[in-house]
Amino acid sequence: MKLVPIGVVVAVLVALPFLISGYHQGLATYVAIYFIAILGLNILTGYTGQISIGHGAFMAIGGYTTVLLSADQHWNLLATLPASLGISFVCGLIVGVPALRLSGVYLALATFALAVSVPQFPLKFSKFLGGSNGIHAAQTKSHLWLYVVGWSCSALAFAAAWLLLRGRIGRAFRAVRDSELAAVSSGVSLPIYKTLAFGVSAAFAGVAGSLLVLVTNGYAQPGEFGVLLSLEILIGAAVAGLGSLWGVIVGAVFIGLLPSVAPDVPLIGSAHGQDVVFGLIVVLIMLLLPNGFAGFLRRFEPRVKTTIKSDPKTS
Amino acid sequence: MSFLSLQNASLRFGGIVALDDVSLEAEEGSIFGLIGPNGAGKTTAFNVITRLYRLDAGDVVFEGKSLLHAPPSRIVKLGIARTFQNVELFPTMTVLENVLVGAHTVSRFESERSVRAKAQKTLDYVGIGDVARRPAAGLPFGTLKRVELARALVSKPRLLLLDEPAGGLNHGEVDELATFIRTLRDDLKLTVLLVEHHMNLVMRVSDHVHVLNFGRTIASGPPAEIQRDPKVIEAYLGGELEEAS
Repeated sequence: MKLVPIGVVVAVLVALPFLISGYHQGLATYVAIYFIAILGLNILTGYTGQISIGHGAFMAIGGYTTVLLSADQHWNLLATLPASLGISFVCGLIVGVPALRLSGVYLALATFALAVSVPQFPLKFSKFLGGSNGIHAAQTKSHLWLYVVGWSCSALAFAAAWLLLRGRIGRAFRAVRDSELAAVSSGVSLPIYKTLAFGVSAAFAGVAGSLLVLVTNGYAQPGEFGVLLSLEILIGAAVAGLGSLWGVIVGAVFIGLLPSVAPDVPLIGSAHGQDVVFGLIVVLIMLLLPNGFAGFLRRFEPRVKTTIKSDPKTS
Repeated sequence: MSFLSLQNASLRFGGIVALDDVSLEAEEGSIFGLIGPNGAGKTTAFNVITRLYRLDAGDVVFEGKSLLHAPPSRIVKLGIARTFQNVELFPTMTVLENVLVGAHTVSRFESERSVRAKAQKTLDYVGIGDVARRPAAGLPFGTLKRVELARALVSKPRLLLLDEPAGGLNHGEVDELATFIRTLRDDLKLTVLLVEHHMNLVMRVSDHVHVLNFGRTIASGPPAEIQRDPKVIEAYLGGELEEAS
C-alpha cells in the first residue's frame, strides 16, 4: 500500500474547498468526474485489454438516468447515483456480450459506434429525452455540494476498484489481457470476466455521467456526451498509464484542467488555439512517457535485486 | 473403467487429418507416454482433452464422464491441468502471480494470504521458490517451464498433462526430470500424460507408451514392447530408439 501519497492527496482535497473560489471548486469537481470515468476505463482497457472509445455513451446513460429520475420521479439527487450505477452496469454487460467476439481495432470501432449513436437517442425520442435542448433535473446544487459529492464518489470508486483488482478477480482480468490461452487453461472463464469488466467499467462511467450532469447545472444534453468526451477519457487513461491505479489522478487533472489552462499559453493559446496546445501536450506526453504517469512512477521503484542465487534445478 | 480415455477420436483441419480414429486409455496413477514423430497429433490430443479443439467424431471420457460438453475453462475444475510446449505464461505478472492465477478455481473462498502461502509452497516444491517475486518475462526457459508446472500443480489436479517438459534441458537435467516426474506422481497421487520427444525419458518413466504417426495409433503397450515394435522403429527410422534401449 502506498499510504503516504494517498494521505497527501486526501489532505489536499479536504483542504482545497476552503482555499478556492466557487468557480474553481466547479473545476475541481470536473477533475473528480474524469477521475471516476478514467478509473472505469482503466479497469476495462488497462486490466483486461479491451479497448473502448465509447465510454461517453455510458456516461450519457448515467447522466440521463439521474436527470429523468430527478425531473419525472422527483428522486433525491444522491439517490439517483446508485440507480445510475446499476443501470450503467447492466448496459455495460449487454455491450460486453457482443464485444466478446471482437478485439483490438474492431472492438475500438464498435465502441466508437456506440459513442456516436447513443447521444442520438435523445434527438430521436425528444418527447421523453428533451431533444437537443436536453432536460434538466428538478434541483441544482452549490459548487461546494458538488465538490464534496464528486470527491466522495471518487474516493469510494477508488476503494472499490482497489478492492476488486487486488486479489483473485483482478488477477483474472490481467490473465485475460496477458494470454487468453493460459487464462482459460487456468480455469478463468473468458466470457464471464470480459463481460464483468465491461459492466464494472460502464458502472463507473455511469456515475461519472450523473455527476457531469449535476455540475452543468443539472442539464443533460446530447452535446455534452459527444465523441470528444469518449476520446478525452481514453487520452486521460493513456496519460494516467494503463493497468495501474496510481496514475489515474494525474490523468484526471490533465483532462480536467488543461482545457481551462491552455488558452493562457502565449502565442498559440488563444481561444481558438487551445485545442492545438492540448494536442501538442498529448503528443509530447505520449512520446516522453509511453506508459503514462504510472510508468513514470515505476521508474523510481526499487529494482528487484534478487538474482537467482541457488541455481534452480532446471537452468 | 479407465481414468481417461479417448474413444475413436477424429479431428481434421481442412485436408489435414490431425487425429484419425484414435483410442487410448490411461489408468489412474499411471504415467502415460504419448510419443510420435513431428506432426503426429500428440499436442492435438492434449488440446482435445483440454477442450481447446473440438472433435469431429469420437469422445473424451474422464472419470466416467464425457468432457465434450464442458467449456475449456471448466477443465481445470474437473481436475485436469496442463503445461504448454512453448510455455504460455502471463508475461506482465510476477512468477508468484502466475501461480496465483493457477489457483483461480481453488481459491474462491480463501483468504489472499493463505492462497499466496500455498502458491509459494508450490514454487518451493518445484525448486524455484527464490524467483517468486521476479517478473515472469525474461527468466530462462527451463525456469519458465517450472513456473508453468507450479501453475498447473497449484490447482490440485488429478490428471496432469505435460507437453514436452524436457524441452531445452541437457542430459543431466533430463535424468533429474525423470526422477522428479515419478516423485510428483507419488507425492500428489497424480496420473501423468506425457508428450515428449526425448525417447530416453519417455521409456524410463512411462508405465505405458502410446505411439502416434500421422494422427493414427501405430502401437500401444509397455515401454519394453514398444521399443521392439517394428512399426515404431520404422516410424522413427530406427535411430532414436536404439539409443534409448
